[in-house]
Amino acid sequence: MPKITLNLISGRTIQQGVSMEGGKNKPAYQEACGIIEIDPADFKRLSAWRNTNVRVTSAHGSVVVKAVEATQGPHPGIAFIPLGPWANAVVNPKTFSTGMPTFKGVPVTVEPAPDEKVLDAITLVQTLCRSGKR
Amino acid sequence: MTKTVTDVICPFCGTLCDDIEVVLSDDGKKILEVVNACAIGAQKFHHAMAEDRPKKPRMKQPDGTYKEVSYDEAVEYTAQMLANAKKPLLYGWSSTSCEADSIGNEITELCGGCVDNTAAVCHGTTLIALQDVGVPSCTLGEVRNRADRIIYWGCNPAHAHPRHMSRYSIFPRGFFTGKGSQSRKVIVVDPRVTDTAKLADYHYQVEQGRDYELLQAFRTALKGEWLPDTVAGIPKEKIYEGAEVMKSGRFGIIFFGMGVTQSLSKNHNIDAAICLTKELNTYTKFTIMPMRGHYNVTGHGEVLGWQYGFPYSVDISRGYARYNPGDTSTIDLLLRGEVDAFFSIATDPGAHFPIDAVRRISELPSVAVDPFITPTTEVSKLHVPVAFVGIEVGGNAYRMDNVPIDCRKVIDPPEGVLTDEQFLERVLKRIRELKGVK
Repeated sequence: MPKITLNLISGRTIQQGVSMEGGKNKPAYQEACGIIEIDPADFKRLSAWRNTNVRVTSAHGSVVVKAVEATQGPHPGIAFIPLGPWANAVVNPKTFSTGMPTFKGVPVTVEPAPDEKVLDAITLVQTLCRSGKR
Repeated sequence: MTKTVTDVICPFCGTLCDDIEVVLSDDGKKILEVVNACAIGAQKFHHAMAEDRPKKPRMKQPDGTYKEVSYDEAVEYTAQMLANAKKPLLYGWSSTSCEADSIGNEITELCGGCVDNTAAVCHGTTLIALQDVGVPSCTLGEVRNRADRIIYWGCNPAHAHPRHMSRYSIFPRGFFTGKGSQSRKVIVVDPRVTDTAKLADYHYQVEQGRDYELLQAFRTALKGEWLPDTVAGIPKEKIYEGAEVMKSGRFGIIFFGMGVTQSLSKNHNIDAAICLTKELNTYTKFTIMPMRGHYNVTGHGEVLGWQYGFPYSVDISRGYARYNPGDTSTIDLLLRGEVDAFFSIATDPGAHFPIDAVRRISELPSVAVDPFITPTTEVSKLHVPVAFVGIEVGGNAYRMDNVPIDCRKVIDPPEGVLTDEQFLERVLKRIRELKGVK
């Protein structure tokens, strides 16, 4: 399976906001935030269909999300995961003595993972907390 | 007949819209319709009506399930946890009222803990920069009535502050901006072609994380000095052109967001943005304002400011207030394992902190105060449901431009559910008893 390297940023989307205020334990929250937006050019390199599950891995963690085409592109080389537990599974927690984690500009690898499941927010956070990895 | 409550304040983002109308059922107990709010704000009001909303505190059992307990038991657990901890951390405070924030600060001081708000993962670096170089700012009313140069840098209000552009910046017809959007020039700087960028006259698709270079390039261009052919992926001609657009306005404003506060360079990005604003005042009137996220994150900073002199990340564990982001800030305290109890209120660190920090929370004695079930409540030992501030109880909040606005109560909370203030008052009273303080 091809594996590509992208620069990950996270941030708000209107769907993230609406589904967050509708309940983070609801499926809509996962549909809005358990995704990664990838540029069409990067999709070609990835050799994957739109809406396939992919595994996103950084030096700080790994998570399965659904790959969708960039809604606010083009932005080749940049991947976007909306603000939420899925993005936070892979962002850089280091604050470099500012108090602020590095939520934007995290190098990640993305590879197709069609047989893996995207976890809901609560299960994802509980599973990662229990895994004890540090 | 239905009843309409007018001039309701929306408790979602820092725009703090004050023109919401809420239509209530005949008996005044149900929200039927929300008028004027954005999609997110309307959803927040409707969510208060959810049938599956928890109405009693829930305590985690050894097998991982949750059991309902009384508010008395919840107050006792919380008070014992905070009173017995060596260095508890009380985090959040951004989606509740200033009145509740003040009680929280008193509890922190009494217990010798650390108190922090969501600026820690939002505009904390902005606050550091403000202390470094000052801030030439204004109110949103001035922007609406005067601004003809609008810059959105590293923020996407079309998604995060949906009514910001229509109420204050691009579209409204103000006193000196009678032609609305036609009288304004809009510049957006963002590595993506965001929906805000699509509305702009000039979009600078900066290389991600190169905002500092581009800000300094604009400062250079203002003075007409030499620039390399491209800076941060932007051709120099576009930078000179942008600098001219900024200079030629009568009143300009830079709104900035997470694109600059959370990228590497962090507070130095904001330093450069403020210095650019300062230098633009050589040519015209220019101001700068952070796009604050939670509706009252500014308010907690204000309360902390007047009580302890610092806007966030305050450590009172030595009996006096200390402030040193990177040392006394929430993420660092958690990652270094320096706190032995975690209390969160009016925010959701479980969803919005890097997972390593969340894992630390799950290992600590912890209480989460939130009207609904969130990732934080599901990794905490105790979940205390409370009334929605701004919907079920009033209270003071600060808009992103530091203007205080009193939120209005629209409906009653579910029977028996306490407000943040009531719960915190009871916890404070119990901690005073435990500590033998009058």
